[in-house]
Amino acid sequence: MTTHRMQTIVEPSRRRSSRRRNDFAVAILFLAPATVGFVAFYVWPSIRGLYLSFTDYNIFQAPVWVGLKNYEKLLTDDKMWNSIVVTLEYVAINIVFQTILALLIAVLMQRLIRSTFVRGILLMPYLVSNVVVALVWLWMLDYQMGITNQLLEWIGLPRLMFFGSEQLVIPTIAFVNIWRFMGYTALLIFAGMQSIPNTVYEAARVDGASEWQMFRRITLPLLRPNLAMVVITSMIGSFQVFDTVSVTTQGGPVDASNVIQMYIYKLAFSQFKFGYASAVSVVLMLILLVISIFQLRLTRANSSDLV
Amino acid sequence: MKLTRVIAAAAVAALTVGVAGCSGGGGSANDDESGPVALQYWLWDEAQLPAYQACATAFTEENPDITVNITQLNWDDYWTKLTTGFVSGTGPDVFIDHLSQYPSFSTKGQVLDLTDLVESDSVDLTAYSPGLVDSWYGVDGGLYGLPKDWDTEGIFFNEAMVKDAGYTDSDLQNLTWNPTDGGTYEKTIAHLTVDKNGVRGDEAGFDKNNVKVYGLAAPSDAGGTSGQVLWSTFAASMADWNYLDKNPWGTNFNYTSTEFQQIIDWYFGLSKKGYMPAFGVSSTNAYAQIAAGNAATAIEGSWNSNSFATIKGVEIGIAAGPINEQSNLRGSQKNSVADSINAATKHPEAAWKFVKYMGTTACQDLVAAKAVVFPSIPSSTEKAIAAFKENGVDVSPFLLYNDASTGRTVAAPVTLAADELSDLFGDAFDNIWLGKTDASSLTPVVEQVKKLLESQ
Repeated sequence: MTTHRMQTIVEPSRRRSSRRRNDFAVAILFLAPATVGFVAFYVWPSIRGLYLSFTDYNIFQAPVWVGLKNYEKLLTDDKMWNSIVVTLEYVAINIVFQTILALLIAVLMQRLIRSTFVRGILLMPYLVSNVVVALVWLWMLDYQMGITNQLLEWIGLPRLMFFGSEQLVIPTIAFVNIWRFMGYTALLIFAGMQSIPNTVYEAARVDGASEWQMFRRITLPLLRPNLAMVVITSMIGSFQVFDTVSVTTQGGPVDASNVIQMYIYKLAFSQFKFGYASAVSVVLMLILLVISIFQLRLTRANSSDLV
Repeated sequence: MKLTRVIAAAAVAALTVGVAGCSGGGGSANDDESGPVALQYWLWDEAQLPAYQACATAFTEENPDITVNITQLNWDDYWTKLTTGFVSGTGPDVFIDHLSQYPSFSTKGQVLDLTDLVESDSVDLTAYSPGLVDSWYGVDGGLYGLPKDWDTEGIFFNEAMVKDAGYTDSDLQNLTWNPTDGGTYEKTIAHLTVDKNGVRGDEAGFDKNNVKVYGLAAPSDAGGTSGQVLWSTFAASMADWNYLDKNPWGTNFNYTSTEFQQIIDWYFGLSKKGYMPAFGVSSTNAYAQIAAGNAATAIEGSWNSNSFATIKGVEIGIAAGPINEQSNLRGSQKNSVADSINAATKHPEAAWKFVKYMGTTACQDLVAAKAVVFPSIPSSTEKAIAAFKENGVDVSPFLLYNDASTGRTVAAPVTLAADELSDLFGDAFDNIWLGKTDASSLTPVVEQVKKLLESQ
C-alpha cells in the first residue's frame, strides 16, 4: 500500500496503469499461500492418483505401468459394486433426512428462535469431532449396555442391534451423521433465508398468505440457489463418509457398511494395493463429478429468482 | 521494500514448516557407527512396555554408546505408522513384528534377513521354545525375526459364578469336549448361562433371547483367518490337524474336512443356543464382558493373563482348553512375536546387538520378572511363571499344551497376502456366525484363497 501511495505522488500521470500492475502483484501475493496449498495438497495428489490408477503399486517398490488392468478388474469386482450400493443407500438416507430436518430447523430459527444461545446449541454437535461423535453413539447404541436399548426396553420395545445388523447398520450410521451435521446445514440454509428481503413476506402477508403458503411460494423458490449449493456440497461430503464407519463398524457386519471410502482405505493401507485403490478413487471422483454437474444443471444454481 | 520483506518472511515461515515437518522421525540422525547411537524401538503392547524398558536400560548399561528409545503405539495404528515409516525413512531401527504382518514386509524387502548375522555370531537358535523360530523363516528361506515370546489360549473364568453354579476349580480344569454335543464343556457353559428370570441354560424354561449372563463371552469379531481366541483351541485338539498343507507358506487351508466344519458349526452354534452372545449383541471384547459380569467364561490368550487377573471385584481362574474326547488331547494355537530389524536402518550393527541381547536370558529374565508374557527361552519362561505365581496368578494351564502326551499346539498360519485372507475368511466366518450359512460355505473360500496365494 505504501508503495502505491508513493508512486501516485511521484508519477500522477501514469497512475492508472501502474496501479493495475501493482494490484496484480498484490493479488498474486494474497493468492499464493492458498494456491501453494491447493497445488500441493489437491492438484498434485489428484494427478498422481490418476497416474497411480494405471499402475501396480505397493508403496515399497516403484509403480509399474499396467494400463487399464485396474479398471478391467473393477468391472468384475463384486465388493466394489457392493460398496457403491452401500454408499448410495447411505447418501440417500443421509441427504434426504438431513436436508428436510435442516430446512425445518432453519425455518424455526428464522421464525421462532431469536435467542443466540439456542441457535448456538443447534450447532453444538458440529463442533464435536467426528470420531468422538461416532464413539459416543457407538456406546449409546450398544446392544447390551447402551442407554438407547435400555430406553427401548422400558417402553416395552425389543432391543435393536443398531451397528450389528445388516439392515440397520447403514441407517444407523446415516442418522449419526444427520445428527451431527443438521445444525450446520441449517445454519447455511438460515443464512440463505436472511438474504430474502422482508418486503416480499410483508407483501404476501398483506395479500393474506398463510405461513405454509409463504414457505412454499416464497422461501423455497428464493432459497433454491442456496439450497442447491448446500445439497451438492453435503452430498459430496456424504459420498466421502469414512470416519464414522471406521470407528463404529470397519465396514461390517460382513460388508453391509463397507462404504466406498472404507473399501479404498482397506485396499490401500491394509492390502498395499495402492494402484487398484487409486482406480476405485477415480471412479468415486467421476461419480461425484457427474452428480454435481447434473445437479447444477437441474437446479439452475447459478441463477437466482430474486432479480 | 515492504513487499520483499513480506516475501522473505513468508519464505522463512515456509522453510521452518518444512523443517519441522521433516524432523518428525527424530530417530536415526547419527550416521557414525563409532559415536553414540540412539536406536528407535517400537512395540504395540502397553503392558509390555515396562518389561522391555528394563531390558533397554540394562542393554545401555552394557553398551554405554547405544541408547534405546522405545515408542509404544496401539495395535491399530502400529502397522499404518510402521508402513509410512518404512516409506518415508522415519521408521524404527528395531520393532516387534507379528506373524500375520512380516510376510508382506519381508517379501517387499523392508526387514533385514538375519541369517548371516546369526551364523557369524553363532547364535543358538535351539535355545528357544520348540517350533518358535520355524515360523520366522520367510518364503525365500531368510530369517526375519528372533522370537521373543510365545502364547497359547485358555479359559478364563469368573470364580464366583463357577462356585454359584456348583462347580469346583478342578471341574473347570478337566472339561472334556466333542463336536457333536459339546461334552462336559458345553454342559458347563450351558449351566453357567443365566437368563433374566434366573433360569440356567440347561434348565426348562430358559429364555435364550433374554440372557443376563452368558456362559461364554463373545469374541470381538468372527476371528479372521485363524480364529485364535475362538475355535482354534477346539480345532487344534484334533490329532494331526494343522491350519495349512504346509506352514509357513502353504496355500491350502485345512478348512474343508467334515470334522473341521463340524467344529465351526458347533462353536458358532453356541450363539444360537444362547450360551454365547449372537453376532452384534456385544460390541466389546471378552475382557470387558467378563469385567462387566456379562459372561462367566472367556477363551483368551495367555498374554492377557495379567489384565484378567487385575479386574477389580472379579476373582478369575484360569484353565486350559477342554480335552478332546477322541484324541484325549488339549489343543491351542501357538503364536509368537519377534524382533525384526528395519532394512533401512542406519545402525544395523547396533540394532543387531540389541536384538541379539533381547534373545538372551539376561534380557528375558528381566522381562520374566515383570510377569506379562512367556519369554521364548524355556528357562526364562519358568521364571515368568514363578513371577506370575508371586502375583497370585496361576498360568501353568497355558503350558499343558506343550506336553505331547496331554496336548498339542499348532503354529499360527503364515501366508502371503495375510490381510486379504483375513478379509475373505473374516467375511465367511461373519456369515456363519450371523447364521446366514453353515460351515460348508468355507469350502469355496478355501479354493478362492488357494488361487489367490498361488497367483502371488
